[in-house]
Amino acid sequence: MGNLAEQHSLLVRGLRKAYKDVTAVAGLDLDVCPGECLGLLGPNGAGKTTTLEICEGLLEPDAGRVELFGLSWNSHARELRQRLGIQLQETQLSEKLTVEETVRLFRSFYRNGPAVAEVIDLVELQEKHAARVGSLSGGQKQRLAMACALVGEPDLLFLDEPTTGLDPQARRQLWDLIANFKTGGRAIVLTTHYMEEAERLCDRVAIIDHGLIIAQGPPRELIASIGAVHMVEFSTGGASGTPDLECLSKLDGVHHVRVENGTFQLQVSELHRTVPALLDALDHSGVPLTELRTHSATLEDVFVSLTGRHLRDE
Amino acid sequence: MSDFAAIAPRTQAFAGRSLVELTLVRFREFWREPEAVFWVFIFPILLAAGLGLAFRNRPADVLNIGVSTPELARSLASEKSVAARTFTLAEGEQALRAGRIALLALPGANGGVVYRYDDTNPEGRLARFLVDQALQRAAGRRDPVPAGDELVREPGSRYIDFLIPGLLGMNLMGSGIWGIGFAIVDARRKKLLKRLIASPMSRAEYLLSFLFSRLVLLLFEVAALVGFGIWVFGVPLRAPLWELAFLCLLSSLSFSALGLLIASRVRTIEGASGLMNFVMLPMWVLSGVFFSAQRFPDVLQPFIKAMPLTAVVDALRGSMLQGARLPHLASELAVIAVWLVLSFIFALKLFRWR
Repeated sequence: MGNLAEQHSLLVRGLRKAYKDVTAVAGLDLDVCPGECLGLLGPNGAGKTTTLEICEGLLEPDAGRVELFGLSWNSHARELRQRLGIQLQETQLSEKLTVEETVRLFRSFYRNGPAVAEVIDLVELQEKHAARVGSLSGGQKQRLAMACALVGEPDLLFLDEPTTGLDPQARRQLWDLIANFKTGGRAIVLTTHYMEEAERLCDRVAIIDHGLIIAQGPPRELIASIGAVHMVEFSTGGASGTPDLECLSKLDGVHHVRVENGTFQLQVSELHRTVPALLDALDHSGVPLTELRTHSATLEDVFVSLTGRHLRDE
Repeated sequence: MSDFAAIAPRTQAFAGRSLVELTLVRFREFWREPEAVFWVFIFPILLAAGLGLAFRNRPADVLNIGVSTPELARSLASEKSVAARTFTLAEGEQALRAGRIALLALPGANGGVVYRYDDTNPEGRLARFLVDQALQRAAGRRDPVPAGDELVREPGSRYIDFLIPGLLGMNLMGSGIWGIGFAIVDARRKKLLKRLIASPMSRAEYLLSFLFSRLVLLLFEVAALVGFGIWVFGVPLRAPLWELAFLCLLSSLSFSALGLLIASRVRTIEGASGLMNFVMLPMWVLSGVFFSAQRFPDVLQPFIKAMPLTAVVDALRGSMLQGARLPHLASELAVIAVWLVLSFIFALKLFRWR
């Protein structure tokens, strides 16, 4: 067992945590190996942040085991702090300090790590090194937070919604930074509710809902697990004759049919066979087609097919 | 973008680096907040200057009195400390009621004189004494014991002398409680405290950085206010300077511990402001900053004496104005020390980093 734990950057078994009458984490297992990026994907309130904060040693679990590099928080907190890089949701760094002063402060906490200027280069804030934190844009602040997480040259990086609230360009910039970090046997655990982020950055994704992992695996495998790689969505302009669900599910290559707000959604494996068959069937029954869309299946579709809800249902 | 793998780990220069950085952060945050600089350095000096001007020493007051006959006015002409005006009886009574004169002298039976005044008013009693003495002397009384006056108007007993140690105590309280409390609550509100404890930062060093920055700022704060008092108003400094420094140090630590206690759980700036004002307001009023705390009723005195600001202000006044040495200030020092120890112990017990 000890051997197994040492091979893991992070090992979590049977994790539970409840706040008063709300169960945030309801028995959760995780494994992260060196060089791996694990994404915790789930809607708001699924228990992602609570799980992360327990792993970061900021919260005590009610039950369960957490080991990082084979060490536990109870016995090796000091050493673990030196080896982790952490970025929290909603941290506001002091606005009156400059970028450089902030990085220098965090650098002073760690025994090992790159020079302050190097970390600033890494997150591409060199032009802003003398600017006050208060004057930075959202994306720049987030990259500064990333610099503070990277400054100790961590073996394991925890990122809690690193790109939430950023514009697409800033998001892509941060993705490059995170992808770059994985080289050299370092591990990452990140939470997100952007499926694109999970698909792009994560080697494995754990889909969390109501404090439990409901599916886990590489993004491609998860998408394949719903038995379809494409989604076909269409609507029929309302009342004038609706297509029969039974009929639709019997079309060539269709795995599953859902109706949501008057939109029909088909999970299909082969677009080039299903779409002509669908058009034929609609034409045959005289139902007008007002909208037709297809896209490759995403983790969002996996989540929808598992829970019947969307990731961002707020 | 440079490659992570290319970055070779470097060893940290020296172990105390983080404490130095944390302390520097404290200074930077202070200097870059112009309001804080104003309240800590400029405001006490403006207040001292304003009050010092308003209550500056004037020549001894001349008492206004009224008389109803020219003879009485003539008899009083040689008395410098009263100014006699002649009134009709009705006018005189009117002036007495309105407080424009402290006493009305009327001719009495058998060539005597009657004084009409309010005996609960100190000015009235003083006027009675002065006027009577002047009239008796004018009528030929000779004092059996010859007496002369030697006037002493010495620094140390003026209002500005009383005020400077009071303002110093108030400033130590304000900067200790605000300086520590506000910064910590603000960091907790911004989740910065949480982020810091997620790093390997030493929690003790974080708190020590507040202590060190406080001590350095204290030096400038005390020097500015006391220096101003000495330079502009000639306020005395009768005990050794190091004893004043020790008193300021102990007081500042005590108020800082109180600030830490106040900030131990609060999560919002509003909550912190409310709690701080709740703690400080009674002391501003009761602790004798602007006037002697002896003016409050006796039942309140034990409570007032137990307040840290009362002890601080009394000790500072004793040291600066009377030249009292530390052993003579033992009871005040004990009150300050008890507040320091209790606040610090409770603050550590209650403190939440999240």
